[in-house]
Amino acid sequence: MSSFPWLTVLGAVPLVGSAVVALLPKGLAGRAREIALGFALVTLGVAIAAATQFQTSGGSGQFQLVEKHSWIPEFGVSYALGVDGIALVLILMSVVLVPVCLLAAWNDVPETGRRQQGYFALMLVLEMFIIGVFSSTDVFLFYVFFEAMLVPVYFLIGSFGGEQRHYAAVKFLLYSLVGGLVMLVAVIALYLYGPGGSEGFLIERLTGLQIDPTAERLMFLGFFFAFAVKAPMWPVHTWLPDAATEAKPATAVLLVGILDKVGTFGMIRFCLQLFPDASRWATPVIIVLAVISVIYGALLAIGQTDMMRLIAYTSVSHFGFMVLGIFAMTTVGGYGSTLYMVNHGFTTAALFIIAGMLVQRRGSKFIPDYTGWQRITPVIAGVFLLAGMSTLALPGLNSFVSEFLVLVGTFERYKAAAIIATLGIVLAALYILLWYMRTMTGPKPEQYAGTKDMSHRERWVVAPLVIVMLGLGVYPKPVLDVIRPAVNTTLQHVGVTDPPPSIGTTAEGSTK
Amino acid sequence: MHTLITLASSEPAATSAATGVTSYAWLLLAFPLFGAALLLFGGRVLDKAGPMIAVLLSWAACVVGVLIAISMMGADPSDRSHTLHLFSWVPAGTFDVNASLLLDPLSITFVLLVTFVGSLIHVYSLGYMEGDSDKRRFFAYLNLFVAAMLTVVLSDNYLMLYAGWEGVGLASYLLIGFWYHKPAYASAGNKAFFANRVGDVGMSIAIMLMFVEFGRTDFAGVNAAASQASEGILTAIGLMLLLGACAKSAQFPLQSWLGDAMAGPTPVSALIHAATMVTAGVYLVVRSHVLFDLAPTAQLVVVIVGAVTLLYGAVVGCAKDDLKKALAASTMSQIGYMMLAAGLGPIGYAFAIFHLLTHGFFKAGMFLGAGSVMHAMDDQVNMRRFGGLATLMKITWVTFGLGWLAIMGVPPFAGFWSKDKIIEAAFVGEGWRPWVFGLAALIGAGITAFYMSRLFFMTFHGKRRWTDDQHPHEAPLSMTVPMIILAVGSAGLGLILGPTGIITSWLEPVVGSAEGGHEPVLSVPVLTVLTLLLVAAGIALAWWRYLRESVPVVAPVGSLATRAARRDLFQDDINEGLFMRPGIHLTRSLVFADNKGIDGGVGGLAAFVGGLSARARRVQNGFVRSYALTMLGGVVVILGALWVVQ
Amino acid sequence: MSLVNYIYLSAILFAIGSAVVLVRRNAIVVFMGVELMLNATNLAFVTFARMNGQLDGQAIALFVMVVAAAEVVVGLAIIMSIYRARRSASVDDANLLKL
Repeated sequence: MSSFPWLTVLGAVPLVGSAVVALLPKGLAGRAREIALGFALVTLGVAIAAATQFQTSGGSGQFQLVEKHSWIPEFGVSYALGVDGIALVLILMSVVLVPVCLLAAWNDVPETGRRQQGYFALMLVLEMFIIGVFSSTDVFLFYVFFEAMLVPVYFLIGSFGGEQRHYAAVKFLLYSLVGGLVMLVAVIALYLYGPGGSEGFLIERLTGLQIDPTAERLMFLGFFFAFAVKAPMWPVHTWLPDAATEAKPATAVLLVGILDKVGTFGMIRFCLQLFPDASRWATPVIIVLAVISVIYGALLAIGQTDMMRLIAYTSVSHFGFMVLGIFAMTTVGGYGSTLYMVNHGFTTAALFIIAGMLVQRRGSKFIPDYTGWQRITPVIAGVFLLAGMSTLALPGLNSFVSEFLVLVGTFERYKAAAIIATLGIVLAALYILLWYMRTMTGPKPEQYAGTKDMSHRERWVVAPLVIVMLGLGVYPKPVLDVIRPAVNTTLQHVGVTDPPPSIGTTAEGSTK
Repeated sequence: MHTLITLASSEPAATSAATGVTSYAWLLLAFPLFGAALLLFGGRVLDKAGPMIAVLLSWAACVVGVLIAISMMGADPSDRSHTLHLFSWVPAGTFDVNASLLLDPLSITFVLLVTFVGSLIHVYSLGYMEGDSDKRRFFAYLNLFVAAMLTVVLSDNYLMLYAGWEGVGLASYLLIGFWYHKPAYASAGNKAFFANRVGDVGMSIAIMLMFVEFGRTDFAGVNAAASQASEGILTAIGLMLLLGACAKSAQFPLQSWLGDAMAGPTPVSALIHAATMVTAGVYLVVRSHVLFDLAPTAQLVVVIVGAVTLLYGAVVGCAKDDLKKALAASTMSQIGYMMLAAGLGPIGYAFAIFHLLTHGFFKAGMFLGAGSVMHAMDDQVNMRRFGGLATLMKITWVTFGLGWLAIMGVPPFAGFWSKDKIIEAAFVGEGWRPWVFGLAALIGAGITAFYMSRLFFMTFHGKRRWTDDQHPHEAPLSMTVPMIILAVGSAGLGLILGPTGIITSWLEPVVGSAEGGHEPVLSVPVLTVLTLLLVAAGIALAWWRYLRESVPVVAPVGSLATRAARRDLFQDDINEGLFMRPGIHLTRSLVFADNKGIDGGVGGLAAFVGGLSARARRVQNGFVRSYALTMLGGVVVILGALWVVQ
Repeated sequence: MSLVNYIYLSAILFAIGSAVVLVRRNAIVVFMGVELMLNATNLAFVTFARMNGQLDGQAIALFVMVVAAAEVVVGLAIIMSIYRARRSASVDDANLLKL
C-alpha cells in the first residue's frame, strides 16, 4: 500500500477549487462555472484513482487509505482519515453527483459576478466537507465536518432559494443544530468514558469499550437523535420538505441525495459500532419508527401537490427502508441499506433534476398546472418515467436490488415489520404513477407547445444518472463486493449473526 | 386424494449445464432487449426503419427458440433440462442470486408461444399502426415486452422471474397508456400497474419466505428443500405466489384491471392481455408445482379462484357490448379454466399449459380479428353498431369464425382437446369437490358458447347497424396473414398435440405425469356429450336472441343481472368504496396532520421560545442606569450569598 | 491610626460613586462617579497591600490607573460625540442600546 495521502488530496482539490472560483479576477469571472466543473471532475478523477488503491479483500484493519496526524493532542483529537467499503462507495457517489449538480445548476445564477462565483464556490466547499465527513476516523473530526456542512447548505438555501428561503434555511439550521448539539454532549461523554489520551477520539480506540449500560444508552441516543434528524426519520422529518422545496434543484440533490446519507452512514459507523449493546436495546423502537417512516412518507407523498415536497416525502419513505435494513442487524439487510444509500442518491438526483427542468419551463411546482407534457417534451418525460420507475423499485433498475435486500434482511428477523414495509411498494407505485399521469399524460397543452425539450447540457446532466440507474440495476456486483466486508465487520462489532435458514442449504441436489 | 397427488408428483429431472445451440439462449433475451434500447434511445432517425428492425429482431429470437426446441427434441427426455449461467446478479452474502436461464420443455414451450405469436403480432402491428406518429415508441415497447416475458419464462430462480414479472407489468402499463392523450387510457394503465403491484407484494413475501426457510431462491434449490418444510410454510408460500398470479392473470379478486386494459392498441390486447402476459400466473403455478403439490390447502384455493373467475368472466362476457371488453372477459374466464386445472395437481398441469397454448392461438387470432374490424369501422367497438360484416370482410370472418369454434370447444378444433380435458379433470376426485368444480367448469363451457356466439353473430351477421359514414373494407396483407396463421393454429394445434399425447409426454419431465386410475365421477363419454349439448344450447340461445331477433342499436335497460354484469358485477364500485375513497381521505388527513400536527408542534415550540425571549427583551430598556443598578444588585447578591455560606 | 479606617473610607467613596452613577443623568457626572469608584478600589488595593506586606496590590493599583486613564479618554470621546449628535449629555436620552 502506498503512503500517498489520497483522502487529503481528495478533499483538498475541491477546497482549492472553491477558493479559486471565489477569488477569480474580473477577467476570468465569466469562466467561473467551467472552472468549478473542472475542479469537480478532477476530484472525480482523484477519487477513482483512490478507489483503485482500495482492496476489496485482504486489507489489513477496518480502514484503508489511512492517514493520521496529531491535531489537538490535549483533547485527544487527531486528524485521522480512512475509508472502509461503505464510506468508499458513498464518497464515490458524492463525487459523481457533484459535477452533475454543478452542470444542472448551470443557469441557476445566470449573471456572472461575485454572486455566481459564490454559488459555485459554496458547492465545492460542501463537496470538501462531504468527503471529510465520510472519511473521518476520528469522532471529533467527524463532528467538526458534520457541523461544518451546515454552513454552506445554509447559505445555498438562504441566499439562492425560492420565496420562503429564509424560513426554510433557518428551520434546516435549527433542526440540524439541535441534533448536532445533543450529539456533541455524547461525543464529549464518549471521550470521558474512553481510554482518553492524545488519541482518545480515534474510532478504533473507542470500539469495543465496556461502558455502564445506562451511560451507553444515553450516548447512543445522543448520536442516534442527531442522525435521525439528518436522515430524516419520522417524526423529525418536517424540515426536509421545506428545505427541499425552497432550495434550487441542485442544492436539493446535494442535500437529500448526499448530506442526508451522513445520517444513515453515522448510524452504521457510530451507533452500531460504538454502542452495540445499546443498539440492540433500542432496536425494537427504531424498527417501529422506520416502518412508520416508510408508510407515512409514502402516504404523505401521495397527498402532495408540490413536486419538490413530493420528492422529499418519497425520501422520508426511502430513508425508512435504509434505517430498517441497518437495524435489522442481518448481513443481507446491511448490504441492502448501504446499496440503498448509493442508489437513492442517484435516483433522487434524477427526480429532483427532472422536476427542476419542468419547473424551469413552466414556472410552477404545482402538479395540477401540468398536463400532457409528454407530447411536447418527450425526452424529459422518458427520463422522468425511468427515474420514477427506479424510485418505485422496478426490477432491472438500481433501487430494486437494494430495496429487496433490505426487505429480505428484515424479514429474517422481523417478519411483521418486513411485511408492512412491503406494502410500501404499492404506495410507491401510487405516488410515482399518479404524479406522472397528472403531469405527463392528457391532452397536449397547446399554450406551451413551443417549449424546448431537453437541451444538450441537460442531456449531459441526466446521462450519468441514467447509466448508473440501469447499470447498478443489472450488475450491482462491483458495489456489493466493496460493501460486503465492511458490513460484515460492523456486524461483528455488534456481535450478531444471521439467523440460519430453517432448512439447511446443504440439501442434496443443489446446484449453483 | 392428497396422497395420490403426492405420489404422482415427481421431482423434476436433474439439470445440466447448457451446451451446443442451447448455450446461445441468451440471444433470446438479447435480441428484443437490444431492439427496445435501440428504438428508445435511437431518436427520430429511426422513426422509419425502427418498426422493421423490431420485427426482424423479434423473428430472430423466434428462430433461436425454434433451434433450441429442435435440439431439445433430439435429446433424451431425461436430458432436456439445462441451465445457462449468465452472470452473478445479486451476490449479497447468503442471499446470492445469479442471472441464469433454465431451459426445459416447459420454458421452451413458452418461448415458442411468446416469440411466434409475438412476432406475428409484430407483423400485424406494421399494418395496424401504419398511420400512428409514435410507431417507433410502440415497437420499442413491444420488443421490451417480449424481452421481459422471455425473462419470466426462462429465469431459473424466483428473483429473476420477479424481475421479468415486473418488466412485463411495465410494458403492459406503457402499452395500455400508449395513447396517453386520453386521460381515461392513462388511468387504465395506472390501474393495471397498481393491481399488479398488489400482486407483487405477494411475490415479494413469497420470495422472502423461501429465502428464510430454504436459504435460496432458485427453482432447483427450493424444490429440493420443499419436502422438508412444514405444510404451513408451504401453504403460506403457495398463497403468496397465488396472490401474485391473481394480479398478473386478472383472477378474482384482482381482476378489475383487465377490462380497462383494453384501452391499449388492439395488437397489445392480443399479445399481452390475451396470449402471453396474463397467462404468466398459470406458468407460475405450474412452475412452482412442487410447492403446491405439498400444500393441498393452497391448491384448493387455486382451484376455487379458478372456478370463481371462470364463471365471473363468463357472466360479465354475456353483457358487454364493447367487442374488446367482451373478449377480455372471455380471456379472464379462460384463464380461470387454466388456473382451475393448475390447482388440480398433476392431472391438470399439462392440460393447463395445453389450454394456455391453444388459447394463445385462438384468442390472439380473435383479437387480431377484432382489430381488423375496428380498423374497418373507424375504431368503433360497440357491437350494436356492427352486423353483417361477414360478406365484406371474408378473411376476417373466416379466421374469427375458426377462433370462435375453437374457444367453444367444438370438435375437432383446438379448444375441444384442451378444455374438455380440463372439465374431465375437474370431475376427478372424492366428496363434494368434483361436483362443485366439475359443474362450474361444465356450466362455464355452456356460457362460453353463449357469449362467444352472441359476439360472433352481433359482429358478423344480422342487419347492418353501422353509422352512415362507414365503409368497411378488408385489412391489408400484413394484417391478414398473421390472422390466417393464427387461425390455422386454432384449428389444427389441438388435433396435433392433444390426442397424440405429444403435449403430455413433452411436459412430463417437468410437471410429472398423471398416473392412471383417476376416473372422473361421471364417465368420460357422458361428460363429452354433456359438454357438447351445453355448448349447442348456448349457441342456440345466442342464435335465438341475437340473430333471429333484431339487435337494438341502443342497449335495452335489461334485467338487474344484466345491469350488474355490464358494471362488471360492481368490481370497480367495491374497490372504490373499500380502498380508493378511504385512501384519499387517509392521505388528505395525514397531509393536514403533518402540517398542523407534527410541523405545528415544532412550530409551536419555536413560537413559545420566541414569546419567552420577547418577554425577556423588555428588561433591556436601554437606560444605562438601570443596567448599572442590575449589576450592582448582582454584586450585592453574590457577596451576600458568600457571606451567608461562610 | 488603624489601617482599617482606610478601608472604611474606600467603602464610603465607592458607595458615593455608585450612588452618583445610579442617580445622576448627566453623563459627565456619571463618569465622575465611575472615577470615584475606581479610585475607591485603588485605595482598597493599596491598603490591603500595606496590610499584607506585599506589593501586589500596589502594582494592580497602577494598572487600574492606567486603564482608568485610557477609559477616560475613550469615554469622554464617546460623550463628546453623543453630545454633538444630540445636543444633550443626559444618559437617559441615549437609550438605543436595546433590541
